Amino acid sequence: MPHSYLKSAFAAGVVTGLVSLGAATSAQAEDLTLCWAAWDPANALVALSKDFEAKSGHKISFEFVPWPNFADRMLNELNSGGKLCDLMIGDSQWIGGAAENGQYVKLNDFFDKEGIKMSDFIPATVTGYSEWPKGTPNYWALPAFGDVVGWSYRKDWFSRPELQAEFKQKYGHDLAVPKTFEELKHIAEFFQGRVIDGKTVYGAAIYTERGSEGITMGAMDVLYSYGFEYQNPEKPYELEGYVNSDKSVKGLEFYKELYNCCAPPGSSDAYMSENIDAYKSGQVALQMNFAFTWPGINADPNVGGDKSGYFPNPAGQDGKQFAQLGGQGISVVAISEKQDAALEYIKWFAQPDVQAKWWQLGGYSALRAVVEDPGFAKSQPYAQTFLDSMAIVKDFWAEPSYASLLQASQKRFHNYVIAGQGTAKEALDGLVADWKAIFEDEGKY
Amino acid sequence: MLDSSAGRAVGETPPVVSKSVSKRRQGVSDRAIAWLFVAPSIFLLLAVNIFPLIWTVRLSFTNFRVNRPNAEVQFVGLKNYISVLTDGDIWQTMQATAHFLIWTIVLQVLIGFALAYLINKKFRGNDLWTTIIVLPMMLSPAVVGNFWTFLYQPQIGLFNYAVGYLTGTDPSAFSMIGDVSLAPWAIVIVDTWMWTPFVMLICLAGLRSIPSSIYEAAECDRASKWRQFWTITIPMVLPFLMLAVLFRGIENFKMFDLVVQLTGGGPGSITELTSINLKREAFEKWRTGYASAYAVILFVTVFGLASIYVKALNKVKQR
Amino acid sequence: MSSYSVTEPSVRQKWAAGTLVVVYALITILPLLWIIATSFKSPSDAIAYPPKTVFQPTLEGYVNLFTTRTRATEQDLKELGEPKTWYDRIVRKDGFIIAGPSRFLERFSNSMIIGFGSTVLCIVLGTAAAYAFSRFKVPLKDDLLFFILSTRMMPPIAVAIPIFLMFRSLGLNDTHAGMILLYTAVNLSLAVWLLKGFIDEIPIEYEEAALIDGYTRFQAFYKVVLPQAMTGIASTAIFCLIFAWNEYAFAVLLTSGTAQTAPPFIPTIIGVGGQDWPAVAAGATLFLVPVMIFTIVLRKHLLRGITFGAVRK
Repeated sequence: MPHSYLKSAFAAGVVTGLVSLGAATSAQAEDLTLCWAAWDPANALVALSKDFEAKSGHKISFEFVPWPNFADRMLNELNSGGKLCDLMIGDSQWIGGAAENGQYVKLNDFFDKEGIKMSDFIPATVTGYSEWPKGTPNYWALPAFGDVVGWSYRKDWFSRPELQAEFKQKYGHDLAVPKTFEELKHIAEFFQGRVIDGKTVYGAAIYTERGSEGITMGAMDVLYSYGFEYQNPEKPYELEGYVNSDKSVKGLEFYKELYNCCAPPGSSDAYMSENIDAYKSGQVALQMNFAFTWPGINADPNVGGDKSGYFPNPAGQDGKQFAQLGGQGISVVAISEKQDAALEYIKWFAQPDVQAKWWQLGGYSALRAVVEDPGFAKSQPYAQTFLDSMAIVKDFWAEPSYASLLQASQKRFHNYVIAGQGTAKEALDGLVADWKAIFEDEGKY
Repeated sequence: MLDSSAGRAVGETPPVVSKSVSKRRQGVSDRAIAWLFVAPSIFLLLAVNIFPLIWTVRLSFTNFRVNRPNAEVQFVGLKNYISVLTDGDIWQTMQATAHFLIWTIVLQVLIGFALAYLINKKFRGNDLWTTIIVLPMMLSPAVVGNFWTFLYQPQIGLFNYAVGYLTGTDPSAFSMIGDVSLAPWAIVIVDTWMWTPFVMLICLAGLRSIPSSIYEAAECDRASKWRQFWTITIPMVLPFLMLAVLFRGIENFKMFDLVVQLTGGGPGSITELTSINLKREAFEKWRTGYASAYAVILFVTVFGLASIYVKALNKVKQR
Repeated sequence: MSSYSVTEPSVRQKWAAGTLVVVYALITILPLLWIIATSFKSPSDAIAYPPKTVFQPTLEGYVNLFTTRTRATEQDLKELGEPKTWYDRIVRKDGFIIAGPSRFLERFSNSMIIGFGSTVLCIVLGTAAAYAFSRFKVPLKDDLLFFILSTRMMPPIAVAIPIFLMFRSLGLNDTHAGMILLYTAVNLSLAVWLLKGFIDEIPIEYEEAALIDGYTRFQAFYKVVLPQAMTGIASTAIFCLIFAWNEYAFAVLLTSGTAQTAPPFIPTIIGVGGQDWPAVAAGATLFLVPVMIFTIVLRKHLLRGITFGAVRK
């Protein structure tokens, strides 16, 4: 395939004074493999990395796996002692297991030596993507891609006067960016089954996927904002009354109502790509999705530009407002024989100008210098929403047993929300029991 | 792929050894050649089939976890077995598996036998059409299963469209994969589409093995066609049919690829067959010891059921 | 023709039977034809409602299958100028540029290497063992064969647990060698079983004559038995190949990249953004069509092998 012209394009486009790296290239040229999810940002990273190849002399190849299979495949790879990946942009929740089992290289010494300071990155991303144990200065990754669940909506539909009038009359508030989840549901209900420009449209595309993490990533947004807590803040691993509090129950019930009333047909197993499809094909008014989708939506010929707007998760019933953290840090795989070259890549990647270009290409940089730049919020229509969302993040367990914990919530949530079995209270009680058993197994409870 | 795992049990040709030849030793002794020829296969099978089996049994008594290389491995006795057998979720997956097994077998036997019966009428071109019918079972279940999710999509999916067209319902009104009551049937339909030809081929072999003299004798006795069908065709084909059921039963008990691609076990855990459940335990939660106990229990179950079935089959054959 | 059947069915019966079978056959290949048709659709035609049977064919699915693409900024497009090739044009139409080749070709060749490698190995080992089992007394033969066959009753996921650990300690995870050995072992029991049947059918007198003529046992096997068993070997080989070609469970658990075959890869083909059905269909078409052609061309051997493997007299 002809990618030589791309190389020249970036040689021209990226001006990065990598004098120090230039010196480092005297070392042996390596063929590095970077593993990540297969999605838009990965393609942007391929483009960005041409500059590293040119500067360092190393060759970099990529192994991208779609989200529904990503954790499965890559954790299998790590646990099997496979040598496929030298660099891993692994999901935030893997950090506990990867750190405790020695699958990632600890980066503290490297950061100190190269003068990379974690205080230069958005604090939530450092905690979320790099630290284990959480809240301690032990770093296993460099924040690579900031991501968070938020919403995109059809601004063009929202701004139609006749719809605005009808909505106002029906619900008593304006057809505008919702401030609470209740309002969001009104909007979704309003659009569900409505015929717009001769096409039947639906309310909201939300996460319902069963196999990996989809429905958990979706339901948690509502649960957090309704008052769900993972544990007693005073007493770690105490779940009873926090996970299954009355407020949590309300939150989960809300998620089910939203699914029942307003999801497009056939969305019983939808995650990122299904929701993108639904939104881009003009099927839905609202789309729950990670922020990574926004550059693509903005550039889309059908729904892009002025037709779409973005907003962070609205508030729950008590006015609390949280969003599920996504995003990943980049780590060096401990079993790799090319660790020096891999570290070189991280060093290159951490540079402010590379990070700036990363943002330009559609990668959400976690570097404060980039996001705190005065021009940032205005640089893209979704930039401010990204910042607002990043300020209210919460993440799932990052424990070494995260996969088991996630399996339990996937099952409980899907059984209740999609398959309609039992009540929300039963689902959450069951979840407490499952999680307790896992922590007991770990000796943590 | 089809799998003739249990074929052994059905018929056994006695070893052909010619005394006169084996006495004539020229070059290497026959005994040495026999070992030379068999040894590599036996070695490979021991290494890849038997040794791992023993290892699984050993692991099933420990709390070993693949993803905790640093943790101490402890002997936990029968704890894993007890927790597998008392886990309500596992009984649910067994139920899902039973539903899948029973209905795929019923449908495949009915349709497969009917097709074989029709093809045995030897109309012109039956050979080519047989081959076309056989095509689905030659293909990769994972790849085909993945594509069926597309055919099952509400509105845009061909399956939903066809059903909507034929029944007059709205093709976006139902979701084969997403609906709790339809999903178990969605996997049955695809498996039946794929594997009916297998049952058909075996039935065809059965039908063709019936000597025409039996029918001719029946004609002489003025037995009606209907009577001939029930007293000659069915009893003569029955051993073949039972064999087909055995193969399909074992294969579908092991079912993983097709269903994991189709529904991934969802919605909820409605179509979570045992293999999918086992995969989650072993390769997602990495509870290796527990999953090993689970695997041993499954193996004993299949082996036990298959043995009982083979006994019954041999009785039918002897009749 | 009527040697194994009763009185020839009447013309009317034949017509009725033929019509029913043809109708069933047409319904049954419809999904397969739909895969092939979808591979030539544009993404929007693929998800059109109602499903389109008449459409403007395009190679977009195939281009997307073989490339990775990235969204181009205005500036990139300006600098790149006009698209130079037909596939550039297809990609550029949607505002993308080709970033490089996809992994499909590698996965496809992995399937070839592992498929053919394991088939050859399986046939070599299997023919030798089958010959020995057919012609010599091997102690505990029956028990041994039965036990080995019975391990095939295990779900592959169950077998994969210890194999995973074994491969991990031997460094065989995600290697061609590991997958070839595994598929060989999985196929071997069936291969020995089939081949023994074929060799049993070769009259032993041929070898005896050869031995009298002064051939060694080895030469007799090589020059007399092998040529006679060729058809049997061919049908067994087809089986081994198709199994290895289609296998998914082991492949998904024991390979992650280097040695990954096409079946675990094809379902994970996604476009930029949403699911790219034409590209998935293109991958499926390229992967399935060889087997379809194979089946139709070799139908005599294949159908014989299926019934033979299952129904040993």
